[in-house]
Amino acid sequence: MSSKIKRNVLKSMIIGVLAYMGTLGVPQTAQAEYADVVINNYADAAGMRPAVFPHWFHRIRFRCKVCHADLGFAFKAGGNKITMAKIIDGKFCGACHNGEISWSVENCAMCHSGVPGQPTHFHGSTVQRLIAPAYKPLQVKDTTK
Amino acid sequence: MNQKTKAISLTCAVMMAAFMWNTQSHAAEVGEKEMPLMLAEVSSVNTFNVNLKKPKSRNLPPAEDGIHDPENEATHSLQHPLDAYKGLPPSDFGNYVDWVKAIDEGKIRPRWDRADPNSEPFVMDLDIVRPVKASVPDVVFPHRQHTEWLLCSNCHPAVFVPQRLANQISMSAILLGQKCGLCHGKVSFPVETKTCRKCHSKPKPADWEPPLSEATLKNPWK
Ligand code: HEC
Ligand code: HEC
Ligand code: HEC
Ligand code: HEC
Ligand code: HEC
Ligand code: HEC
Repeated sequence: MSSKIKRNVLKSMIIGVLAYMGTLGVPQTAQAEYADVVINNYADAAGMRPAVFPHWFHRIRFRCKVCHADLGFAFKAGGNKITMAKIIDGKFCGACHNGEISWSVENCAMCHSGVPGQPTHFHGSTVQRLIAPAYKPLQVKDTTK
Repeated sequence: MNQKTKAISLTCAVMMAAFMWNTQSHAAEVGEKEMPLMLAEVSSVNTFNVNLKKPKSRNLPPAEDGIHDPENEATHSLQHPLDAYKGLPPSDFGNYVDWVKAIDEGKIRPRWDRADPNSEPFVMDLDIVRPVKASVPDVVFPHRQHTEWLLCSNCHPAVFVPQRLANQISMSAILLGQKCGLCHGKVSFPVETKTCRKCHSKPKPADWEPPLSEATLKNPWK
């Protein structure tokens, strides 16, 4: 085998491995439960695994209204800027994970269970599954009026 | 770089690497005889259904789902979705659970108030029919199923003005995560072929024909 080919094989192997490692961070390859949220605005930077919030688990116990109206969670993954300071003040997850309604905050690893390095994302979202961006509708004249 | 462009460029990188790997390894096999690269192959570009990423299995336990870290001991204490779903009515999409039926049949009783298990939702039974210009059935928006889970203020007025047909809604907006797509395609049932008819549920009259486009009406060779 000529050394040029060897070098080329090595080169493509390295690129392949790098590309493969890159895909590990891409949420599409995961097969997590629909509506699982990975929250990682700050966790990684502070040396914690990202937090994972399972919608399926919580919606068996609570209606959406409890979190998204009463507790003020905005409908946006990562959009609530949750921190531990807010949680121990009884806000966000801390409204329930306080040792009364649910187990309390010292069970760090129950929430901080994500694969390190994942970006904040919403698992299974339709937007992520589109091959091309959604179409732009034409400005059709309304003939019904 | 935003997440999407990153994902796209990564996918390109993988495909390029895979392609190079393919051609390179052929080069390696034939390299000793210094033969030119002239291998007829079935093109891998012309695949069927580029979007076919069938999950190998559904409802995987947290330790195998790709987003939980199996190195984290507590990951193994988390519940397996299938344990939680035992006895719940099934569906063909999303969590593969029919959440509306689960409540209607009393299989789950999610709390309406964080601390008070006896608090009941204010359910409003009002259907809004939205005629659709396309050939798909018209859309029926049912308030009942929504007010089982949500408060009026989750939708009114920020997402929808509370007035029939006052809101412009299109599939484009929905697929981008706006309007109905704020929840559908994220937590409530997803937007895919199997679910079109959940929203598009009011059949068109039997003699209904799609309106002809202006280009056809004006076509001199018609
Ligand atoms: C009920 C779930 C929950 C528990 C329990 C929990 N956390 Fe968090 N934590 C979160 C969420 C959600 C975030 C926001 C993640 C982000 O955006 O990066 C967060 C963020 C953090 C952050 C980064 C932001 C900040 O506040 O500085 C650190 C560090 C952290 N947690 C440490 C801990 C430690 C240590 C424990 C255990 C004593 C713990 N957490 C327990 C949910 C939890
Ligand atoms: C126990 C609390 C809780 C319950 C119950 C709950 N959610 Fe959520 N929801 C969250 C959290 C936490 C997030 C992530 C917010 C963040 O990352 O800041 C979220 C995010 C979302 C988002 C944002 C998706 C995006 O675009 O990023 C939607 C939509 C949503 N929830 C819908 C629902 C619906 C519909 C229900 C009822 C079936 C529901 N949620 C029930 C806590 C809850
Ligand atoms: C409305 C109350 C409520 C809020 C808000 C809430 N939780 Fe929970 N959570 C619960 C209850 C109740 C349980 C079940 C606890 C038990 O078995 O004691 C639970 C369990 C969990 C579990 C364990 C799931 C399993 O498989 O066993 C995780 C992880 C979790 N919550 C994460 C979070 C995170 C992260 C947040 C904030 C983003 C959050 N929760 C906010 C009520 C809540
Ligand atoms: C999931 C979102 C959602 C929730 C929650 C919701 N609505 Fe609506 N509502 C809609 C939509 C969508 C329409 C139709 C708007 C249109 O056609 O442009 C509508 C229309 C209406 C209308 C106008 C009816 C008409 O004939 O003009 C009223 C009144 C209304 N809603 C009241 C309520 C009340 C009261 C609640 C709480 C009990 C509520 N809605 C909860 C989405 C919602
Ligand atoms: C704020 C969140 C939210 C918005 C916005 C929303 N939905 Fe829903 N929708 C839900 C939830 C939660 C359910 C309960 C079933 C589930 O989670 O899959 C539901 C259920 C439904 C159902 C009933 C399915 C059944 O099995 O009976 C229909 C139909 C529906 N939605 C249509 C729509 C349409 C059309 C729109 C836009 C006009 C819309 N929804 C906007 C949250 C929402
Ligand atoms: C969450 C509910 C929902 C689901 C699921 C859904 N649609 Fe729609 N669709 C709507 C609404 C609402 C409109 C707007 C109707 C109007 O003009 O008032 C619409 C409009 C349309 C239109 C007319 C063109 C346009 O963009 O306005 C077509 C075609 C269409 N849908 C096809 C589909 C197909 C195909 C699917 C399945 C992949 C689907 N829809 C799934 C709610 C839904």
